[in-house]
Amino acid sequence: MIQFLLNRELRSEHDLDPNLTVLRYLRERVGKPGTKEGCASGDCGACTVVVGELTRTDGVERIRYRTLNSCLTFVSALHGKQLIAVEDLKHQGQLHSVQQAMVDHHGSQCGFCTPGFVMSLFALQKNQADKGHDAHRVHEALAGNLCRCTGYRPILDAAEQSCCQAQPDQFDAAEADTIARLKAIAPQGTAELSDGSKRCLLPLTVADLADLYLANPQARLLAGGTDLTLEVTQFHRDLPVMIYVGHVEEMKRVEVFDERIEIGAATALTDCFEVLNREYADFGELLQRFASLQIRNQGTLGGNIGNASPIGDAPPLLIALGARIVLRKGAASRELALEDYFIDYKITAREDGEFIEKIIVPRATAGQQFRAYKVSKRLDDDISAVCAAFALRLDGGLVREARIAFGGMAAIPRRAAACERMLNGATWDADTVERACVALAEDFTPLSDFRASREYRLLVAQNLLRKCFAEQQRPATETRVTAYA
Amino acid sequence: MHKPTKSQEELAELFRAELTTGVGRSLKHESADKHVSGEAVYIDDRLEFPNQLHVYARLSDRAHARILKIDTAPCYAIPGVAIAITSKDVPGQLDIGPVLPGDPLLAEDIVQYVGQIVVAVAADSLETARKAAMAAIIEYEDLEPVLDVVEALRNKHFVLDSHQHKRGDSAAALASAPHRLQGSLHIGGQEHFYLETQISSVMPAEDGGMIVYTSTQNPTEVQKLVAEVLGVPMHKIVIDMRRMGGGFGGKETQAAAPACLCAVIARLTGRPTKMRLPRVDDMQITGKRHPFYVEYDVGFDDDGLLHGIRIELAGNCGYSPDLSGAIVDRAMFHADNAYYLGDAEINGHRCKTNLASNTAYRGFGGPQGMVAIEEIMDAVARRLGKDPLAVRKLNYYGKDERNVTHYYQTVEHNLMAEMTAELEASADYAERREAIRAFNAQSPYLKKGLALTPVKFGISFTSSFLNQGGALVHVYTDGSIHLNHGGTEMGQGLNTKVAQVVAEVFQVDISRIQITATNTDKVPNTSPTAASSGADLNGKAAQNAAETIKQRLVEFASRHFGIGPEEVEFRNGQVRARERYLSFEELIQLAYFGQVSLSSTGFYRTPKIYYDRSLARGRPFYYFAYGAACTEVIVDTLTGEYKMLRADILHDVGDSLNPAIDIGQVEGAFVQGMGWLTTEELVWNAKGKLMTSGPASYKIPAVADMPLDMRVKLVENRKNPEQTVFHSKAVGEPPFMLGISAWCAIKDAVASLGDYRVQPRIDAPATPERVLWGVEQMRTLKQQAVAEPQATVVA
Repeated sequence: MIQFLLNRELRSEHDLDPNLTVLRYLRERVGKPGTKEGCASGDCGACTVVVGELTRTDGVERIRYRTLNSCLTFVSALHGKQLIAVEDLKHQGQLHSVQQAMVDHHGSQCGFCTPGFVMSLFALQKNQADKGHDAHRVHEALAGNLCRCTGYRPILDAAEQSCCQAQPDQFDAAEADTIARLKAIAPQGTAELSDGSKRCLLPLTVADLADLYLANPQARLLAGGTDLTLEVTQFHRDLPVMIYVGHVEEMKRVEVFDERIEIGAATALTDCFEVLNREYADFGELLQRFASLQIRNQGTLGGNIGNASPIGDAPPLLIALGARIVLRKGAASRELALEDYFIDYKITAREDGEFIEKIIVPRATAGQQFRAYKVSKRLDDDISAVCAAFALRLDGGLVREARIAFGGMAAIPRRAAACERMLNGATWDADTVERACVALAEDFTPLSDFRASREYRLLVAQNLLRKCFAEQQRPATETRVTAYA
Repeated sequence: MHKPTKSQEELAELFRAELTTGVGRSLKHESADKHVSGEAVYIDDRLEFPNQLHVYARLSDRAHARILKIDTAPCYAIPGVAIAITSKDVPGQLDIGPVLPGDPLLAEDIVQYVGQIVVAVAADSLETARKAAMAAIIEYEDLEPVLDVVEALRNKHFVLDSHQHKRGDSAAALASAPHRLQGSLHIGGQEHFYLETQISSVMPAEDGGMIVYTSTQNPTEVQKLVAEVLGVPMHKIVIDMRRMGGGFGGKETQAAAPACLCAVIARLTGRPTKMRLPRVDDMQITGKRHPFYVEYDVGFDDDGLLHGIRIELAGNCGYSPDLSGAIVDRAMFHADNAYYLGDAEINGHRCKTNLASNTAYRGFGGPQGMVAIEEIMDAVARRLGKDPLAVRKLNYYGKDERNVTHYYQTVEHNLMAEMTAELEASADYAERREAIRAFNAQSPYLKKGLALTPVKFGISFTSSFLNQGGALVHVYTDGSIHLNHGGTEMGQGLNTKVAQVVAEVFQVDISRIQITATNTDKVPNTSPTAASSGADLNGKAAQNAAETIKQRLVEFASRHFGIGPEEVEFRNGQVRARERYLSFEELIQLAYFGQVSLSSTGFYRTPKIYYDRSLARGRPFYYFAYGAACTEVIVDTLTGEYKMLRADILHDVGDSLNPAIDIGQVEGAFVQGMGWLTTEELVWNAKGKLMTSGPASYKIPAVADMPLDMRVKLVENRKNPEQTVFHSKAVGEPPFMLGISAWCAIKDAVASLGDYRVQPRIDAPATPERVLWGVEQMRTLKQQAVAEPQATVVA
């Protein structure tokens, strides 16, 4: 059974297909059709809902409101949380202030994407409560919502009004009560959602998770679900057994030590931003262009590694930084360099019953240069044609160590060994860079697909090394169009 | 009357006040409150019935093949399946081609594209229907497909005959021109990406009839086609269309197939039937904007003035005619954009390929014709080393001379020169041009580009008979008004505008007017809501209906009060009858008791237009809408990525019916046009399968793609000189082509690498990859120039 609040209403679901998405649950089971299906693949945001979760910051209990794509979320993820859909915003016959802002600024035309935008604006307002309007945050909040009619300007104006004229609403008024109700349904032990044939297990501790996975090695681990859900909704496969890791608090911790940062594998990408951005500015910049806010709220760092996509954006950066992962199987743990995790297309070093428990990222060191680049057709919410990461240790005009990794260039994210060899120990100058660019062609034979041709991928990979060099040599020179935002 | 009546003084005061919800006011969209609260009902949101069927289509996975066998027996092995149909099960006519045959509802003997519907299965859930549809056994014998538009053009593999517009002797003009340039260009197609995919829900009714809820821009055509596939008269079929979640042309003809499949299944099973296309299926099944291949030959003088031109426009139509005849015609009609072409020969070709049948999309071929001539303007400017804007302005149609198009329509009331001057000034074109040169000189990696491009777009369906509209207005005894018209609401605010028109005529607040679903049993024989004509045609028809009723009211009041009709005046919800004031509803009550008909149809046909296609001469357009956009971009010459920095837009909507809605149309169209020419790339594989079949791979503009600084202005104090509805102008399509300025700005940024003397080859869409190849082309030329100092860098 899972329990959650559907806005104010307690739902106890004993018999639900764990392969059911929140979108279908709302539209078909609850009879709330305000939330729309635009693509069922997490790319348009029409299905955006907000989930409220109990959090404790400095001893203060609050409800943290975050958007997610209901088409990419299985119902099991709602356990112990509050689900807010577009129908829940209107209160006592009055539009919510974010809804009114959209009306005031002519922010809807055909109206089909509108509920999703409204929910993104609602979460933005909740999270910007004391900060006022910030164009950057607005863009970030809306990058995962597509509108085909308006061209976005009126929606941005509505966002500004939403942030600047936020008033306490019914959710604020009920916050204490909601907190109490969420505490009352807080998970106490491993829960299970089943419809009799398919099941999803929801453990609370890493030990329980390890035991359950060992006992059910055929199970699919469900973290953010932003990729796994597609197997059901796009590829029409059944997932008979899932183990949801989202309640394992130990795997959602971010801890900073003197020489390393440890990030629990189930940490949402949103929650990785602060620490990684502080340590490596380019990691932060990339994370802000990583899919959409809805996806980053759901998707986890461990998941981005675990699904072993050749075009996942975190692995090239982590590999260049020399990150390691801790793999857990039953009671046993082992540590592995991330670059050794990826073996071939969708083949990894992970054994049956083994899972990624945490990711260990070295701290930045003096003399280290770290730069990362994502090149895609569209600047926001797109999959990289090429993702490149350069971690260089420079000393007295020489390259002491170069760690260079790429995504989108091979069947797995991996290092550019020949390129690194050309750089290591060489003078850090334009000639060396050109020789290293030539070596890149030995490292990779990329594919042509609908994102880019092999020729483009290779040229861009080379140009990104040139750009890395230029940025290091001439820091005052403009090199990034993303700076214009 | 049970309400306390107002005093004469109070009524007089109200009468003197202005109506605040009539035409020209920036009223909110009629459904805005429902959109934001999730209460607006789209077809998939309607309550389902206990015996509801859901339909899933099994699609061809071959681009061109003979069907050897279809076995649907395995479908029935899946519990919950009601029926699996093939072409043989269609009781009436199989073909649902909108103008000409060629579009079988279900593939019969051959399949002609990957994505063509072969089998449709209905079951008690969509998932069951899908499983069952995938269980059908289909055997094919592959045939050779044609996937390349150039190959189709060379082999004259056409869906329809080619057509020519010709004025003067272009061959002679080209031969004698001081300069001559030849070139070619590929222009990509565009997926509509309406957020609501195609959907229909059909209820069987009495007498073999059907009630069809469908998301369509063209209710009457769906009605006709449903009747035909069922083999019943049109009067058996009722189409109900409240709102679409976006259309953009994609629901002009392509909405019919789901409706017809549902109707056939509802007929065969007697059960209510719904078909909603999953996004990936929608993108595979339905046609898109036509990709075009263009070849040109242009002759011009030292100033860049065109002397003669020949343009070959080859539309990639896909496998069937659909609307390609008129679409390629419109590309030809707009191959001049705002320019006098000199001696001109424009040839339009309709190439047949084994792709989905390409269809209407905002601009209807016009944008492709205009992209072609704008490419030519840039190329001429680069050849002469001139600012492209100077060349553009030089070639603008004149007011009194050089003002006849290549299809012999005189361009009247031409606003292009004055609008360009205004925009040039307000956008600081000259200063920014200099600033950009300076920036580019000191910025080795990022380069800025700037372009100001015009839009002149012809308004009217070029199939002249379609230029008609109908409406139905009822006034009830309490003074409330029911409004219905033949247009469809797809987000463009048509219902709001038409209600404003009716409010203006009756001088009542818009809250009195109930907007209702477009319905073929209220207004029959409607034209599609297309060609930007929605408000022009239906607004006029509703105005006509309202004025008919108003005229009756005036005559009645004149009789009733014994005064002259000129002494009866309507204003702000009140009526003055000589010195007496009464409220609108009081007059309605009196009129009802006076046995006056309070209901009327309205009708409108566009005057003045005619076109003889056999001569390629006439006046196909009632008027032209004008616009101009100036866009600045910054390009990364190491990756080809770019960002739009600023867009200044000046657009002409005549006297706006609703400035807020019109600005919404202008901005949305600009961004959509920019998307078409930048990130929206359709890619098919070697077997004709669309690889960009979802938003993960097909990238429409997101919020960060809109220009950082966007300044949109409507032209003021320029009412439409023609007798359009309150002298407004159509706005749906024209601003789409403002997006061309973004594409030209990207090319301008890349051309800076060749000192603006060479036009980089950057086909549309200018994806970062194409931009980077343009950059490489410039670098190569530069290296050659360095290697051989005598050689000119001018290509």
